[in-house]
Amino acid sequence: MRKRFALLLALFCACSLARAQERPVAFRGATIITVSGPPVQNGVLVVHRGKIVSVGASASIPEGAEVVDATGKVIMPGLVDTHSHIGGGSGGDNSVPIQPDVRVLDSINVRDASLMRARAGGITTVNVMPGSSLLSSGQTVYLKLRRGGVIDELLLRDARGEIAGGLKMANGTNPLRPNSSGPFPGTRSKSAALVREQFTRAQEYREKVRRAGSDKSKLPPRDLALEALSEVLDGRRVVHFHTHRHDDILTAVRLSKEFGFRVVLHHVSEAWKVAEELGRARVPASIIMIEAPGGKLEAMDVSLTNGAALERAGVLTAIHTDDYITDSRYLLRQAALAVRAGMSREAALRSLTIAGAEMLDMKDRVGTLEAGKDADFVVLSGDPLSVYAKVLETWVEGVRVFDRANPADKLFATGGYGAGRDQKLDYECYEEAEGGSNR
Amino acid sequence: MRISNLRFEISNLLLLLFVFALLPSPAEAQLAVRGETVHTMAGAAVRDGVVLISGGKIERVGPAASVQIPAGYRVVTARVVTPGLIDAHTVVGLAGYLNQPHDQMQVERSAAIQPELRAVDTYNARERLVEWLRGFGVTTIHTGHGPGALVSGQTMIVKTFGDEVEDAVVVPVAMVAATLGDGGLMEGSRAPGTHAKMIAMLRAEFLRAQEYDRKQQAAKEGERPARDLRAEMLARVLRRELPLLVTAHRAHNIVAALRLAKEFNLRMVLDGAAEGYLVVEQIKAAGVPVVVHPTMYRAAGETENLSMETASVLRRAGVRVALQSGSEAYVPKTRIVLFEAATAAANGLSFDEALAAVTIEAARLLGVENRVGSVEAGKDADLALFDGDPFEYTTHVTGVIVNGRLASEERR
Repeated sequence: MRKRFALLLALFCACSLARAQERPVAFRGATIITVSGPPVQNGVLVVHRGKIVSVGASASIPEGAEVVDATGKVIMPGLVDTHSHIGGGSGGDNSVPIQPDVRVLDSINVRDASLMRARAGGITTVNVMPGSSLLSSGQTVYLKLRRGGVIDELLLRDARGEIAGGLKMANGTNPLRPNSSGPFPGTRSKSAALVREQFTRAQEYREKVRRAGSDKSKLPPRDLALEALSEVLDGRRVVHFHTHRHDDILTAVRLSKEFGFRVVLHHVSEAWKVAEELGRARVPASIIMIEAPGGKLEAMDVSLTNGAALERAGVLTAIHTDDYITDSRYLLRQAALAVRAGMSREAALRSLTIAGAEMLDMKDRVGTLEAGKDADFVVLSGDPLSVYAKVLETWVEGVRVFDRANPADKLFATGGYGAGRDQKLDYECYEEAEGGSNR
Repeated sequence: MRISNLRFEISNLLLLLFVFALLPSPAEAQLAVRGETVHTMAGAAVRDGVVLISGGKIERVGPAASVQIPAGYRVVTARVVTPGLIDAHTVVGLAGYLNQPHDQMQVERSAAIQPELRAVDTYNARERLVEWLRGFGVTTIHTGHGPGALVSGQTMIVKTFGDEVEDAVVVPVAMVAATLGDGGLMEGSRAPGTHAKMIAMLRAEFLRAQEYDRKQQAAKEGERPARDLRAEMLARVLRRELPLLVTAHRAHNIVAALRLAKEFNLRMVLDGAAEGYLVVEQIKAAGVPVVVHPTMYRAAGETENLSMETASVLRRAGVRVALQSGSEAYVPKTRIVLFEAATAAANGLSFDEALAAVTIEAARLLGVENRVGSVEAGKDADLALFDGDPFEYTTHVTGVIVNGRLASEERR
């Protein structure tokens, strides 16, 4: 059975690769927003075997390339969403407040319509997170939105070849259970104390592992939660910290400094109150544009000016959907709202792409249109910050994963009957593979 | 300073204050709004237009070449001027931004059918979200009891200005709100527990109201049956004095609502209508207008099949369409109808149609087109000012005028 599954996976991967074009594809005539440099008018983008071969005004079109006339269109890097809940995944349960052993990747339905909506929104790389109702609800997973039927096809690997992802943490009111008699915190200070306790245990665990060296007999019994926290202490796993209020934001920073872990602050509703502190602390922030205050007490002072304030303070800033809080199809809109409230256009475009890539340790692979990087890009009908612009195509690693001209794909861009259902896989090779395994 | 001097100072000060109180405050002064483009929504847009405002009303509107700005008028300029926006359905003012039990008055679930609940008795004109909507050009809102009970109560129409409901109210009783769908179901063994039961209960309640009304009409003076506030309200709906505002998303729930409207000859307004595009012919045949769900509404549960193009599909079929901010249970606590119209304009509606859906068409749907919804002489002086295409994400609202007062000059 397992062997059959492995075979099936192998077939999947073979199919995916086969679909990344053997022939180079050259897009000609578009305005190309590279993000790494100024926009290129009437530019050429050449992609081949999943990678960008060349980009620029004078990039040459290789012999035998399929040439696509993109005159009047805009091409930009695929969007990086640093915080999303697409796929209906879950995290830790209500048993204990800190569960770093739980992996969201074990619960994601990649056929969920939300993934197709994300592709329709131009998102190509996404950090899928478990929720914020625990101090730590588990490990997050970084996905490429390749069109696959099982999550293994969407995973990203880090430099060590491990499945890439971070650790979700949260403070403020979501993890509080004011009427609980334990093990959940009833106050903010207790929340911080519980986190410090676990990280202290992880420090000891990590020290035992270090001392054991290559002598396996001296290793402590394997503890999956402490192992994940050790990865955080090693800097291999970034903490994605949900936080809203100014004091909670600084508590998250304080904990990261105490234990030396790498952190990305998420939501940061009151960022405008502590932007200078964040700039001094050199802590990145991933923000969300919410168009009205309130809905929860911690978000009563949320401001569309957060992007502008963080930019002024020199903070590395990304913008995320927190889908389903905001729909993945409106990530571009969020950046535009940040511009409306004073963020520069350049910073807003970075916040959708390379800033997030940097936060996910993927800046060498995605986030800009540069030769050698993954061929992840979006073809738009107009300016990405205009309400009237449409995402026409989304490409991941040289494969078109969304095509608005195809009615089956457009359904997920605009909605309509059937748009809420799990997507039907329309890959011939998938069906062949499945049929083969059944025989 | 001696006491007598102090008294003299105070009396002088009071006199001064009294004199100032008699003068019109700057906000109330006569205004001339000059816009590079004025979308009047009554005929073509006016290029380089002037809108003269006095006494809270629009005096005159026309091209600058033909409309002289009288001396003493404060001149306000803008790139683009539109009528003050109308949010055709919200719960703001009953629902507050804190989202705590004490500021969530939009649904009362102690009973399934409570048309006697009045919106004026619970509207908080000082709610921060009211001011927030106004900052984005919204000057009139249809608010009140929201979706979430079979018959949740009454709605009303207010301006987004004034400290108390009496200052803000335009129509104190606008519609009776009902929900045909999951939101109106009760838990456990409480009724209604199914969609069919909802209709059964509504039919029974309307029959009871018919009977009550008949007895009231037939009774001699002094022999009338005891007043029944609930039946009285439904009788007003049966007499077509008030529309029944029915929130329904699934196609079969919409059709069930139309069936009810036909059986009791009700004036009906459909709300939400996520799957309205599946039953366009039925909606059109019934002559029922639709307040379409927010264009960017979340697609989940009974709205999983919603489409950004529904407003356009209905409009093409000749159905009267208005747009709304809807009601939100979490973050953001309210949407902004300007943005919902913008997304509709990018998904099938023309610019003019999308603007009409939050101005003159919304006013007609709500029956207040004699006062608001267009820039015409004699109408309330409600205007929204922009520094570009109102629907572009990066355009700002630069001013909002309500009842002839410059209510906001903040750039939003």
